[in-house]
Amino acid sequence: MRIGTAHQTYAQAESLLDSNVQRFMLAAFFILLAAFPYLASDYWIYLACLVGINIISVTGLNILTGFTGLVSLGHAAFMAVGAYTVALMEKHIGSPFVFNLIVAGGVAALIGMFVGIPSLRVKGLYLAVATIAAAIILHFVFAQWAFVGRTGGMNVTPAKLFGLELTRYWQVYWLIIPVAALAILAAANLFRTRIGRAFIAIRDRDISAEVLGIPLLRYKLLSFAISSFYAGVAGGLWAYMQRTVTPESFPLETSIFLLAAVIIGGMGSILGGILGAIFMTLVPDMLKIAVSWLTPVFPNAPALLAPVRTIVFGGLIIGFLLFEPKGLAEIWRRVRRFFHLWPFRK
Amino acid sequence: MDWLYIVEIVLAGLGSGSLLSLTGVAFVLIYKATKVVNLAVGEMLMMGAYFFLGFVSISFLPLWAAIVLAILAGGLLGGVVERLLIRPMLGESPISVFMVTVGLGSVLVGVVQLFWGSDQHTLPAFLPSRPVFLGPAVVAPKIAVSFVIASILIAFFLVIFRYWRGGVALRATATDQGAAYSCGINVPRVFSFAWIAAGMAAAAAGILIGSIGGLSPVMGVFGLSVLVAVIVGGLDSVLGALIAGLVIGVVEAVVGAQFGGEYKLMVTFSILVVMLMIRPYGLFGTTEIERL
Repeated sequence: MRIGTAHQTYAQAESLLDSNVQRFMLAAFFILLAAFPYLASDYWIYLACLVGINIISVTGLNILTGFTGLVSLGHAAFMAVGAYTVALMEKHIGSPFVFNLIVAGGVAALIGMFVGIPSLRVKGLYLAVATIAAAIILHFVFAQWAFVGRTGGMNVTPAKLFGLELTRYWQVYWLIIPVAALAILAAANLFRTRIGRAFIAIRDRDISAEVLGIPLLRYKLLSFAISSFYAGVAGGLWAYMQRTVTPESFPLETSIFLLAAVIIGGMGSILGGILGAIFMTLVPDMLKIAVSWLTPVFPNAPALLAPVRTIVFGGLIIGFLLFEPKGLAEIWRRVRRFFHLWPFRK
Repeated sequence: MDWLYIVEIVLAGLGSGSLLSLTGVAFVLIYKATKVVNLAVGEMLMMGAYFFLGFVSISFLPLWAAIVLAILAGGLLGGVVERLLIRPMLGESPISVFMVTVGLGSVLVGVVQLFWGSDQHTLPAFLPSRPVFLGPAVVAPKIAVSFVIASILIAFFLVIFRYWRGGVALRATATDQGAAYSCGINVPRVFSFAWIAAGMAAAAAGILIGSIGGLSPVMGVFGLSVLVAVIVGGLDSVLGALIAGLVIGVVEAVVGAQFGGEYKLMVTFSILVVMLMIRPYGLFGTTEIERL
């Protein structure tokens, strides 16, 4: 809440952006995003694309885990489903990429709903393990079945826009960032509708939600479907960016990475999902930069990069859960509050 | 298909299944006492094996001392984890707590890579190498011996729970925390004890597994099979963990011999999915009843 912002109608209170400053900042941010591919080097554009894809996927997982309270450790497998769908569509049909992405999301949503069926009987850890099981079975399918290219994986033909092939990272950037923006907007709006509110009710207390007349199975499956749709689209974009898909592209670690990003960003907060995705994608590269600084002092540093990265990854999960369970979104809110109240801080 | 071959495979499966059971007991111990699902159980087991490797490399220590020290170090690890990570999370949602253990698993893998590198290591042979004959069937000696050791350890744990005061306190805490508190049981100490005992059991299992198949930082994958075993058996049932561990071990061995190693995890997890559909709380688990 900003000082001097008084909501006078319900519409104002419900609006996504409640002050002109916010609107101005957002516009400035979009201009920056548009200028980015012309200013940054290829590597940073690559990172931005990766961040965009992760934002879509993490936002999807946040809908499921953060807002509906259903933990999934199989989210990466749905990304794999999306990636393989795009690869197969490009290979056999060659339809336009927008259509392919939607189909990728749709196929992932169908499989996600199927995986979500146990969610009515089991929850918490049992459900998490059931999703691991789904991920392992899907991984097995991708690794064994001949039509997805066996272990050699598949190559993906680049996305085409008006006959122009999008092969460079700065070209794919224009594909990924708008989709990510759209995904965020859709997710933010979802929680202003009755469906989104039903999800939150289920998270807070599923039995009370049922008493209130929310059909649990339908809404839980819907949550799985929406979240898997996001994952499928993210996986499809990933396929267009990397242009090759193998069963090893989306291991169990990716699922853990996505869940960690949700936790570190802040469960049940759209902004949190975005911040978490950005933070978790960039941490390994920050470490790489730190290592390049340390190399003159400790010549051994590059060899230690991989283990240190693993330790930092686990340490971040533990640290955030212990000390800042609401994640980066809460830190962001605190910073904002400080500036809004300044100089009248309490 | 030769029946002798089948028998040998089943026996080998029972051998590895006993290790699943031992680790499963460690898992159930923690879950029963603290209601924490420890996804890092595979990594704790791996740490036990690496502790052993570390103590062996100290030249003046005899082998048996290294084993004892490694098991003690595993217990210490369990205790420290409980005190530093799990105790502050008391009362948080179970999902947060199990994500903490996921993070812990990642940290442990990183630590192992930092100190020992990511290459495979072999432990010094301390298990006998003469093949064991059960009738006409041949069993690999390491597997037979580790089966016996695992059985002894599990029996030891069972006796402790049944008769020792601390074990009784642990069962009391598992049944009803509040009641246990008011009967004068020091519940936090029971928590610590459960984690220490589980750490020791996991370390023992890790040493046995490491001596059979060598050790590497990806050993923690074993934890996934353990997870399946304890869920099929029922999360809070020691007996369930024992039986399901043996069953999963045999199934993995048969499937691995018949179709190849890549089918193992797929089949065990398919069993898990079927189990979750039919009996969500496992063969011997307590059904949780929720009231509004």
